[in-house]
Amino acid sequence: MVIENKENTIKEVWKLLEKVEDPEVPVLDVVNMGVARDVFFEEEKLIVVITPTYSGCPAMDVIGHNVKVALKEAGFEDYEVRTTLSPPWTTDWLTPIARQRLKEYGIAPPEDGTPDKGRLLSEDKVIPCPNCNSKNTTMVSIFGSTSCKAHYKCKDCLEPFDYFKCI
Amino acid sequence: MERQELFNYIIKWADHSLILGQRLGEWCGHGPALEEDIALTNISLDLIGQARSLLTYAGEVEGKGRDEDQLAFFRDVRDFKNPLLAELPNGHFGDTVVRQFFSDHFLFLAYEAMMEQSSDEQLKAIAAKSIKEVAYHRKHSSDWIVRLGDGTEESQAKIQQSVDDIWEFTGELFTMDDNDRLALEAGVGIDVSLLRDAWLKNVQTVFEAATINMPDAEAWMQQGGKQGLHTEYLGYILAEMQHIPRAYPNAQW
Ligand SMILES: [Zn+2]
Repeated sequence: MVIENKENTIKEVWKLLEKVEDPEVPVLDVVNMGVARDVFFEEEKLIVVITPTYSGCPAMDVIGHNVKVALKEAGFEDYEVRTTLSPPWTTDWLTPIARQRLKEYGIAPPEDGTPDKGRLLSEDKVIPCPNCNSKNTTMVSIFGSTSCKAHYKCKDCLEPFDYFKCI
Repeated sequence: MERQELFNYIIKWADHSLILGQRLGEWCGHGPALEEDIALTNISLDLIGQARSLLTYAGEVEGKGRDEDQLAFFRDVRDFKNPLLAELPNGHFGDTVVRQFFSDHFLFLAYEAMMEQSSDEQLKAIAAKSIKEVAYHRKHSSDWIVRLGDGTEESQAKIQQSVDDIWEFTGELFTMDDNDRLALEAGVGIDVSLLRDAWLKNVQTVFEAATINMPDAEAWMQQGGKQGLHTEYLGYILAEMQHIPRAYPNAQW
């Protein structure tokens, strides 16, 4: 593939990345969840920078692989996917689109703001139920089905649900 | 700072997370309740993820082409530099909670100091990433300390016994060896001995809420892990963790 205009190509790559899903929460893509951090050229080589949500997130290898597949299928030949840890990923980077999609998917999106890291013992935040919007919910466990989620239940509609917790 | 010394310094932090993560993984399928089974393995996953970042970086610093897998699976007991606390057996659930509680409170303070004070960009980045995860671990283990301590007569007695038994393994976390001092002088490392007062204070706060008696801070303490002198438990951990890659070297997923 001959690249004529690098600036336009970078814009196209960002669009392409919006089609790369998170394998664990397929309604999220790597752009709207803030995992894709940068796209640029080093001479003729296209570089895509990604960052893990959690240190041990097993989806990262798959995401890196899927980004490469997307680039290859779009005709790129000279490219590299790099991983960075800094600045560390935060749920603040989830776009409004991502939050809306999470809620529609049945996962309560993170309530604004990163948690106060100084706290030792404290009450948990009120998380509205994604099914019936009730605020009468309770945390079952701060750890859930994947690294990024906590486990809640609704005391009104009685449904258990996942909460995408703040980090 | 010389490559080999920096490698040794990073390895200590990596091994703390790796061995504790491996230990917690033993709970998979054996947790006291499904939610807690999932919580313990989530924490294990975070710790092993942190260890992966640290081991990868240690391998790069060493410059001999060793990657995270080679460092995790092809070193022997004496090459591991984790504090003894990390390798203690899981015991009953209360023992696991206490071990985790002591470690979480230490790692939180250590990563906080490292992200603020280290001149090493990669160590800072790993610390800044890890502390967000450790904050959740610390909250979880602290909640359990209170729940078990301020619980039934039986849970109170058991958790107090766990605290008394494991206490002698906490002192090593705050010791400074020659390598720690070199790292501190080079501006890369942190002075863990300075974290002890804050750690004692935080632990005491939770113990008060849990009606647990604080053990004697001046008690005699075990040490040796950071120098590679381990309890007999570590060999068994490595045997399980390393068996497959040693039996089938270069095996790929
Ligand atoms: Zn509901």
